[in-house]
Amino acid sequence: MADTALHTPLYAEHVAAGGKIVDFAGWALPIHYGSQLKEHETVRSDAGMFDVSHMTVVDLTGADAKAYLQKLIANDVDKLGFVGKALYAGMLNPQGGVIDDLIVYLTDWGYRVVVNAATRTKDLAWMQAQTAGFAVELTVRDDLSMLAIQGPNARAKTAAARPQLAELIQSLKVFQGVPVGNWFIARTGYTGEDGLEIMLPDADAPAFWRELLAAGVAPTGLGARDTLRLEAGMNLYGHDMDETISPLAAGMGWTIAWEPASRDFIGRAALEAERAAGPAMQQVGLVLESRGVLREGMAVTAADGSAGVITSGTFSPTLKLSIAIARVPASTGDSVQVDLRGTSTTVRVVKLPFVRNGKQVYA
Amino acid sequence: MSLILNDLKYNDSHEWVRVDADGQVTVGITDHAQEALGDVVFVELPAVGSELSTGASAGVVESVKAASDIYSPLDGVVTQINESLSLNPELVNSDTYGEGWMFRLQLSNPAQLDSMLDAAGYTQAIGG
Repeated sequence: MADTALHTPLYAEHVAAGGKIVDFAGWALPIHYGSQLKEHETVRSDAGMFDVSHMTVVDLTGADAKAYLQKLIANDVDKLGFVGKALYAGMLNPQGGVIDDLIVYLTDWGYRVVVNAATRTKDLAWMQAQTAGFAVELTVRDDLSMLAIQGPNARAKTAAARPQLAELIQSLKVFQGVPVGNWFIARTGYTGEDGLEIMLPDADAPAFWRELLAAGVAPTGLGARDTLRLEAGMNLYGHDMDETISPLAAGMGWTIAWEPASRDFIGRAALEAERAAGPAMQQVGLVLESRGVLREGMAVTAADGSAGVITSGTFSPTLKLSIAIARVPASTGDSVQVDLRGTSTTVRVVKLPFVRNGKQVYA
Repeated sequence: MSLILNDLKYNDSHEWVRVDADGQVTVGITDHAQEALGDVVFVELPAVGSELSTGASAGVVESVKAASDIYSPLDGVVTQINESLSLNPELVNSDTYGEGWMFRLQLSNPAQLDSMLDAAGYTQAIGG
């Protein structure tokens, strides 16, 4: 791993907790603290915490902040009916490909946007370039760390760790985020469980981590983060979609606000053409009911011989078999063949997600 | 720090070999290997009775992270496989040199053992 890998303010805590440190998008982060299977299970049954400080937080201010976002992203911030409400969206290029996926919160200073770590440089350059003609200012909040606490006991344990936040945590609805002093508490997550994502000043992060540890929240690494989000049917940028992939082919159709027709967001024309022609590809879930592990890049063949590909694959600790997200032809039926290490293997096609609130959801 | 036992033999594809009282050998993968693989979820083992030569494919270890081939460390016939790994593949991680054993061989050429690495040799091979 490069000596130049960046450290979050919680690096020492990861090492102290036995974290196995790897490079993720240029950051030194723990892939696990002993067993990613165990950490996954703990999030599904109790509470685990992830250091997500490497993600990019951008605050938007200015009279045109709303109009700017209505152009920049394919979902419509006009839907955010009150301060605190958040939405998930794709930020597209003019060809209709996905530059990144992100969450936007309506705040009393304007908006807060959280984008991925791996796409930071291109996202910020793009977002800055798109401010032309709009009275809007972007402030990158590199002074903030971020902790995600996820699981059925996540909110209760966080309230126990920080009693002064208990009342707020209790009242926060799903997909809402509000500031408390210099902190920002959101009821969002990337695991399919209930929980919180908390943005806080770097200096406050180590003490908060230790309070959460004392309250019985388990350190959870990137390995479990991936198996959890995959079970929850959530995309991982750079794998399930990228700049060459339309949101319609990546299961993100529901995030596109087509109405009002007059809202000309970047990529709209390309998407309208694709929608009119009927998208050629779609996103599905795959379940391997025999032994083996489905992996990204494996070739998928539909019944009519047309080709698709696995965009993310893993072993599901909750279901105890292998699952995958795949981009397949629109004509795909309820089973496909996957080239599993040289052997053509029949694999079941299901609707995402695989797991919700700890239980299997597909039929 | 990777665990390496003194009474075992090793090779550079990270298999360990123990010579048992009956003259047969027990084979598994090393602590270094299981640590690199991460949580093991499936182990595919050779069929009992199959004849293996040194370096031949002897199964697959699939972890959440990757699939890794197992190679036979020596020439011989498979006499036994560890059925527990079917239900409990995690034994490869938790008890690498004990309950995590993979298969046993009746050697056709026991002299080959002398060409294997000892603990010190394997330590060096993995850069320890």
